[in-house]
Amino acid sequence: MSKKQSPSVIKKLLKFLGRYKALLLVSLLLSVITVVLQLYVPVLFGRCIDYVVEEGNVDFNSLYNTIWWILLFVAIAGVATWIMGLVNNRLTYGIVKSIRASAIRKIQLLPLSYLDRKGVGDIVSRIITDTDQLSDGLLLGFTQLFSGIVTIVVTLVIMLRMNPWITLLVLVLTPLSFFVSKFIATGTYKMFKQQNEIRGEQTSLVEEMVGGARIVHAFGYEERANERFAENNERLRQASEKAVFYSSLTNPSTRAVNSVIYACVALMGAYMILNGKLTVGGLSLLLAYANQYMKPFTDISSVITELQNALSCAGRVFDLLEEENQSADSTEELKNVTGKTQAQGVYFSYVKERPLIEDFNLEIKEGTHVAIVGPTGCGKTTLINLLMRFYDVDAGEILIDQTPIQSVSRRSLRENYGMVLQETWLKNATVRENIAFGMPDATEEAIIKAAKEAHSWSFIKRLPHGLDTVIDDSSLSQGQKQLLCITRVMLILPPMLILDEATSSIDTRTELKIQNAFEKMMDGRTTFIVAHRLSTIRNADIILVMKDGHIIEQGSHSELLSKGGFYSELYRSQFAGVEI
Amino acid sequence: MKHLLKYLKPYTKESILAPAFKLVEALLDLIVPIVIADIIKNGIKNGDKEYIIARFIFLIVLAVLGLAFSITAQFFAARASVGFAANLRKDLFSHIQKFSYEKLDMIGTETLITRITGDVAQLQNGVNMVLRLLLRSPFIVFGAMIMAFTINVKAALIFVVSIPVLAAVVSAIMWITIPLYKRVQGHLDGVLLTTRENLTGVRVIRAFCKEEEEVKEFDEKNDAYTKMNLFVGRISALLNPATYVLISIATCVLFWQAGDSVYTGSMEQGDLVALYNYMAQMIVELVKLASLIITMNKALACGSRVAAVFAEESGMEYPEAVSAKDVSEESKTETSDSDIAVRFNHVSFSYEGSKEDALSDIDFTVRTGETVGIIGGTGCGKSTLVNLIPRFYDVTGGSIEVFGRDVKDYEKGGLIREIGVVPQKAVLFAGSIRDNLKWGNENAGEEELARALEISQAAEIVEKKEGKLDEIVEQGGKNFSGGQKQRLTIARALVKNPRILILDDSSSALDYATDLKLRRAIQALDGKMTTFIVSQRTSSIQSADLILVLDDGRIVGTGTHDELLKTCDVYREIYDSQMQDGKEESA
Repeated sequence: MSKKQSPSVIKKLLKFLGRYKALLLVSLLLSVITVVLQLYVPVLFGRCIDYVVEEGNVDFNSLYNTIWWILLFVAIAGVATWIMGLVNNRLTYGIVKSIRASAIRKIQLLPLSYLDRKGVGDIVSRIITDTDQLSDGLLLGFTQLFSGIVTIVVTLVIMLRMNPWITLLVLVLTPLSFFVSKFIATGTYKMFKQQNEIRGEQTSLVEEMVGGARIVHAFGYEERANERFAENNERLRQASEKAVFYSSLTNPSTRAVNSVIYACVALMGAYMILNGKLTVGGLSLLLAYANQYMKPFTDISSVITELQNALSCAGRVFDLLEEENQSADSTEELKNVTGKTQAQGVYFSYVKERPLIEDFNLEIKEGTHVAIVGPTGCGKTTLINLLMRFYDVDAGEILIDQTPIQSVSRRSLRENYGMVLQETWLKNATVRENIAFGMPDATEEAIIKAAKEAHSWSFIKRLPHGLDTVIDDSSLSQGQKQLLCITRVMLILPPMLILDEATSSIDTRTELKIQNAFEKMMDGRTTFIVAHRLSTIRNADIILVMKDGHIIEQGSHSELLSKGGFYSELYRSQFAGVEI
Repeated sequence: MKHLLKYLKPYTKESILAPAFKLVEALLDLIVPIVIADIIKNGIKNGDKEYIIARFIFLIVLAVLGLAFSITAQFFAARASVGFAANLRKDLFSHIQKFSYEKLDMIGTETLITRITGDVAQLQNGVNMVLRLLLRSPFIVFGAMIMAFTINVKAALIFVVSIPVLAAVVSAIMWITIPLYKRVQGHLDGVLLTTRENLTGVRVIRAFCKEEEEVKEFDEKNDAYTKMNLFVGRISALLNPATYVLISIATCVLFWQAGDSVYTGSMEQGDLVALYNYMAQMIVELVKLASLIITMNKALACGSRVAAVFAEESGMEYPEAVSAKDVSEESKTETSDSDIAVRFNHVSFSYEGSKEDALSDIDFTVRTGETVGIIGGTGCGKSTLVNLIPRFYDVTGGSIEVFGRDVKDYEKGGLIREIGVVPQKAVLFAGSIRDNLKWGNENAGEEELARALEISQAAEIVEKKEGKLDEIVEQGGKNFSGGQKQRLTIARALVKNPRILILDDSSSALDYATDLKLRRAIQALDGKMTTFIVSQRTSSIQSADLILVLDDGRIVGTGTHDELLKTCDVYREIYDSQMQDGKEESA
């Protein structure tokens, strides 16, 4: 995070604080109160020491009085600390919550181009980890930094009033402690680097050997794996021992420096008392301060490192929140769709420099079954992205029933499509909830009927809790997941269908079985099918053969074959050879 | 947990010395307030400057000694904790290497990886902190109390009362909050999962217009998480003010009493300063102890997770081998007479925790040198069946014989030596191509490697690479295409020169022509190798000597291609569904 950016990030954060601004102020106020009181209490204890001088010389009145004051201050400080804790919690958790709530809303509005480009892991870490860092590091860090500075200032003021010379001594000697810890930190950096490198190697080795444990087992590789691990582990042991040891020197060393400062304060203080410039109570206070004086400094230095990290996290969070939304949605509704679809002079590319779809034209009647074929990366899925308006066209128009799809709301457009994709996404919820995803109020009969039609019922009924089995990542096979995705669409049956390699994970025989269901589903509905299996393609009314974003051939299966063009070539390379 | 302590054993000396030196250092810390009291009581009172200087030098000596002792302690603690972790990791790794497939399925490899990497690191940190601090903090707390007794018994009683009260408050707060933090983590996982779902399923969510519902669901989880956090926060925010108030009250009582004691002459001003300092030391150590307990708790949780992995048996028993050599030779002589390579006797099998049999009543015999094709729909049990041959899983019913011996009678490693497996998912490992091929046989020579590459149709892949056999394979084989990886994994299995070769749908990424060349090359081998080919394509197994047709875990047809076309409906359906595609073409 460059310095230029950080003020703007803080400004944005302040804007986001909104109603939490008052809380932040309260927190800061409370921290001033607690810091002042907690530092003033030792002053009072110091006075108490001066009230009890020696045998027969005790100022009971002042002593008891001061003790009552101390108790009052302690009580106030205690309550203030607690309230400050509560306020800080409310502040940080509240901010995290509202940032995350805005983030999830933002996700629904962001163009898919952004989401596809950034990837899931990146965005999840912005919403979860970075947000946490932001609240911990930036907000708590800020309050800690603030109270640290207040502590230093108040301590200095009190010490100066008590005795300027001893204060000077402390001020001159404290940097020593910093030098020592800095010196150690620089020395350990290299060792940690080495340790982390070896640990990185070990992690990859573990990932391979444990992740691939089945193959290790199948090849009787266990012994060799153990040897390799042992060798690396030994190197890690040596490097870690050094790193752990040297880094653990910081504490004792700074403590030793502090002890020396402490001794010096004691020596100088004793001489001052002898010269009548200090009381015993004053000395005891100065000693207590000398002991704690380092703490706010170390706190501040660790907070500052954390702040830098938190600022860059905040930057990432705000980048997400401020990313441009997808184009504004129309309020017009797309109604009574028949399925007539046209594309007129459509241009589209994911990256400006690499044009993908150029001057794409298409006109199909309602109820037509369109198969899209072509080699990988030819733009098949892109076409679907455009039809569903996951992406907007760069130029030209796509029309449904003569209505440009840009002129109606995305919602009303998508409601008219049933979509089954190659990647089978299911919610971490029950089978029932997943099937009824598009129609939450569907009856049990309707769900079962859809499941039977999609041939998913036979495995659903065998699941431990039938329809109420909760699906997680590993409980179903890829093929079963795909069947559920088909069932999900089977239940709602919208006027148009998009099937993107919808049966790629289903074996040919089951596919053949659900073919009837598919045909029923597709009957009278405009359907776009991206498929790799010939049987699916061959039954289509029109085949669009795509290559490099262009439709290079168009026609029925037999027409295209007899034409002897790219399609027949493709067909030969993919499906021929059975009888070689 | 006790199980893990044995890894500290080689470091017994260090584990005793580290806390011991820490204790000496703590003792020195405890002397400091006494020295200050002496300065006040003797030096200042009598105006004895020499005495003050002598005490000052003593304080410096204490600081230097403290540094020396504490560095020594850190050294031993570092050595013991790092060594502990290293030994533990090594054993854990080799223990995991022994897990059967079933165990791996059950525990999950991802989990195991975090056990070895993350959890052991946390444990190392925990052990280190315990060695350094666990004894020191209580020692200072109680030491302060004992020192107080040497100064003034009446004042010391205040320590006696306040220590248990403080300890009770601290432990009560932690007792309540630590389990609650686990629940907070659970809620956070919920938020994480929903966020991830929203991103991975963005197309489906938008296609079904479910954006609002998803946001609502997220809000619920987000709310629950925040509420839980606030609730726990309310309690844990008590820790600091509570200890502060308590220790301050104790100090006030101390001063109140000190007024009388000093007045009557049973205590001096300097003593009060010392007692006051002991109170301060105590609170600092109590706070340290609290954070140490949190670290320990984390380490204990990690420790019990690691211990749970150790508690898992390898999941498979092997007969004791009298001597590995004898047995393998014996098995060779014994099996050479046997003409039957693999026999399944009414085998049934179900995965752990599953109600349904994955395979039931599988019964067939394969002669040496035959090629067996296995075909069937998704999830019909094809892979499961071949996984039983090398005993990756144990059958739940019936028995399997390989070369005339029950697979359970082979000693560990004996059976796997005879079998080359090419799994469905082609996995290569970081290293060179040569390293990967040698997985099959460490001592394989150039010729053997070349021959294996030739048969698996992978020679051209190696030829095209700049480094040839020494070309680097990245982790997971990322720098090779799916088809290339498949051919290389086949080569890897062939390097082993196995008597049984299992191809588990391992040519799915190859085009028909390459697939055919591969099968021809395998068939052209000397005829002793028995081959199992699992496939979804009828074309891949058409020429097999025996085809098993599986449906829903049962064999619904056995025979050659031509026989099955006549007798087996399922086979014909599969064939038709695929041949529709090709027939017109060849016609």
